[in-house]
Amino acid sequence: MSATVIFTIVSLSAIGVIAATILYFVAQKFKVFEDPRIDQVDEVLPGANCGGCGYPGCRGFAEACVKANELDALFCPVGGNDCMADVAKVLGKEAVAKDPEIAVLRCAGTHSLRPNVNQYDGAANCTISSNLYGGETGCTFGCLGLGECVDVCNFDALVMDPETGLPVVDADKCTGCNACVEQCPRDLFELRPKGKKDRRIYVACRNMEKGAAKKIGCEVACIGCNRCVKECAFDAIVVENFNAYIDPIKCKLCRKCVMVCPTGAIHELNFPPRKVKVEVEGEAEKPKAVKAKPEPVVEVAASKAEAQPERVVEKASPEALSNKENENTSDQSIKLGE
Amino acid sequence: MLKTFPKGGVHPPENKISAGAAIETLPLPTTATIPISQHLGAPSAPTVKKGDKVKVGQIIAQSTGFVSTNIHSSVSGTVQKIDDSIDASGYKRKAVIISVEGDEWDENIDRSPELKKEFSLSGPDIIKKVLENGVVGLGGATFPTHVKLSVPKGMKADVLILNGVECEPYLTSDHRIMLEKADEIIVGTQILMKALDVKKALIGIENNKPDAIEVFSKLADKNPGIEVHPLKVQYPQGGEKQLIKALINREVPSGGLPIAVGAVVQNVGTALAVYEAVQKNKPLIERVVSLTGKSVKKPANYLVRIGTPVAELIEASGGLPDDTGKVINGGPMMGKALNSLEVPVTKGTSGILIIPELEARRRPVQNCIRCARCTQVCPMGLEPYLLMTLTQKSMWDKVETNHALDCIECGSCAYTCPADRPLLDYIRLGKTTVSKLIRARKQ
Ligand code: SF4
Ligand code: SF4
Ligand code: SF4
Ligand code: SF4
Repeated sequence: MSATVIFTIVSLSAIGVIAATILYFVAQKFKVFEDPRIDQVDEVLPGANCGGCGYPGCRGFAEACVKANELDALFCPVGGNDCMADVAKVLGKEAVAKDPEIAVLRCAGTHSLRPNVNQYDGAANCTISSNLYGGETGCTFGCLGLGECVDVCNFDALVMDPETGLPVVDADKCTGCNACVEQCPRDLFELRPKGKKDRRIYVACRNMEKGAAKKIGCEVACIGCNRCVKECAFDAIVVENFNAYIDPIKCKLCRKCVMVCPTGAIHELNFPPRKVKVEVEGEAEKPKAVKAKPEPVVEVAASKAEAQPERVVEKASPEALSNKENENTSDQSIKLGE
Repeated sequence: MLKTFPKGGVHPPENKISAGAAIETLPLPTTATIPISQHLGAPSAPTVKKGDKVKVGQIIAQSTGFVSTNIHSSVSGTVQKIDDSIDASGYKRKAVIISVEGDEWDENIDRSPELKKEFSLSGPDIIKKVLENGVVGLGGATFPTHVKLSVPKGMKADVLILNGVECEPYLTSDHRIMLEKADEIIVGTQILMKALDVKKALIGIENNKPDAIEVFSKLADKNPGIEVHPLKVQYPQGGEKQLIKALINREVPSGGLPIAVGAVVQNVGTALAVYEAVQKNKPLIERVVSLTGKSVKKPANYLVRIGTPVAELIEASGGLPDDTGKVINGGPMMGKALNSLEVPVTKGTSGILIIPELEARRRPVQNCIRCARCTQVCPMGLEPYLLMTLTQKSMWDKVETNHALDCIECGSCAYTCPADRPLLDYIRLGKTTVSKLIRARKQ
């Protein structure tokens, strides 16, 4: 080996050693103390970085967990109770178990039940459309169908159903991260407790116009008739601005309100099919009937409309719809719409 | 050479088909729907209730703040109800709905056609009168006029600019009033000059209205202090900032108001409304609206009472053409399509434009080809393609630092984009989001 090569190797190694020594001391001098527990907590978090916890990414949440005295106010919706239990273990703190929540869409105005009366061809973005005007249908509160919620869902839990024009929540994938709730300009999503056996009851309408007015735009709108309020034995329903809301905490999932709603605006999810004559035989029987048939996990009744086909026929046959349309909208706007 | 603004601009086909039609008075509607929010700023508070009898010119909703104004009944009759009613945006908003009975005017209104030249009111009294009579900017933005006339402390206006540009294609309502109400507009201008305490007024008129330029040049010769300037036909010549640059070569600073450079811009229609308010005590209860479009049987300019449904104007012009694609409230560049013809004419309605189906639809959006035409035509020197992308990516801080708030929403960028990108749609979203963030930051 020539002297040059040896010299090069030696001198470069020397530079390396000197630099390493300097760097070591500098690193010691300017060391920023970081709690090692942050890393440990970060390890057990799901790493989705979705912001559902309200912090900038999982690491932000980990820092918050380490700093906080109690974990009560902190929750990772994606990881759920198991994940929070792990966090608690790492930190030696107490985790409070929370009911898992899931997003529900509070609009059931499909293309056929809520026909278009005009055509929008602006930018395909719900917020832009809703800032611009009332929307393509006769309802100015319902889903615009441009899928902004689908875009923000990090977990693939939302898909647009081209048939209905409404987004569909995949209950298995939804983590309750709240992103869609915040994004929807019409405030149509709500996080509701997953419920016993995944059963949920909610009012799928946000229209706050007077009853008669909204019937024009949509067949399945909540018209604020108060019948469900009177029916509910648990005071779980309030009607405000002609729009009913079911408090998920007070609701005992008895399904009575679903039966009395004249428009089918109250939706029940994952309940077994009703026995045909249950109504006459006294309400108390029903919960038992429910217990008797535990298995159906399919979303049996995605909407009242599907659950009770007779009613749908009476309301939503295409001819009936178009007649209604003619009564209520002037010729001009039909022309405008088409 | 004709004056114009130096940066950007487009020249869409002018299509001023209703320019030759003299102003006609439209018959009274059977019910008038008068929204309580027809201006920029706080909605007014209704002062009448169901069953009340009202006369033409009576106040039915009171101003609720400095940036707000009074609203008057445009008809006489009985208040049917105060209820939600569909407005130009397709949303339901509160309106006073009056069923019309006869045409009985408030006694204080001078309905004689004579020109009344002399006025003795002081500046502040003029401003009070303007507020009382509910005058707002009639160019389209409907900013309450008394606010514009109240110059903030520490600032001073030295010139009044009268906007007779009417750069929107199709619309001709300002053109018609300049021909038919020129004397009144000149008196209105003098009243505005007095209110602002300025000695000079410049009237800018686009060169495609030679008859109006001639009428006003003659009048200007007789009235010292008033000058008329023909302007190049270029959109958006009628934008406040563009007009100021074109006429007095001053640049309104980013985020600033015209008063920052000593100018106040008023529309010719507003000058007419000010004349009527101050000299005749007549509130803003009617306005001239162009009803136009290529397939319209009888393109016209109507003097319409506020609250008349758009459908009645269309009826008067021979009904909705068979090939109608869109009915637009305003002009083709800045107007918005209506989704109901029951929408009432409001203070801000300058025209109703009916576009045939063939021209109405937007073409499918394609990818940006980086041709930079949008940046070339933007009169504010912005980069529309960039603002759109940043908005799509929710990069709000960058949207702000790239001056989205300076966009005047003229639509030149979207008009010119060969890839048919909805540039202005997204920029508007960027603007509203950024203003919200700024407001939140200030709190
Ligand atoms: S639910 Fe909301 S965000 Fe989703 S498509 Fe409908 S309007 Fe848009
Ligand atoms: S559906 Fe909504 S709440 Fe559920 S994961 Fe998607 S964005 Fe989050
Ligand atoms: S709409 Fe805004 S960004 Fe587009 S050209 Fe006009 S001022 Fe420029
Ligand atoms: S005009 Fe359209 S295609 Fe051209 S640069 Fe702008 S956005 Fe891109």
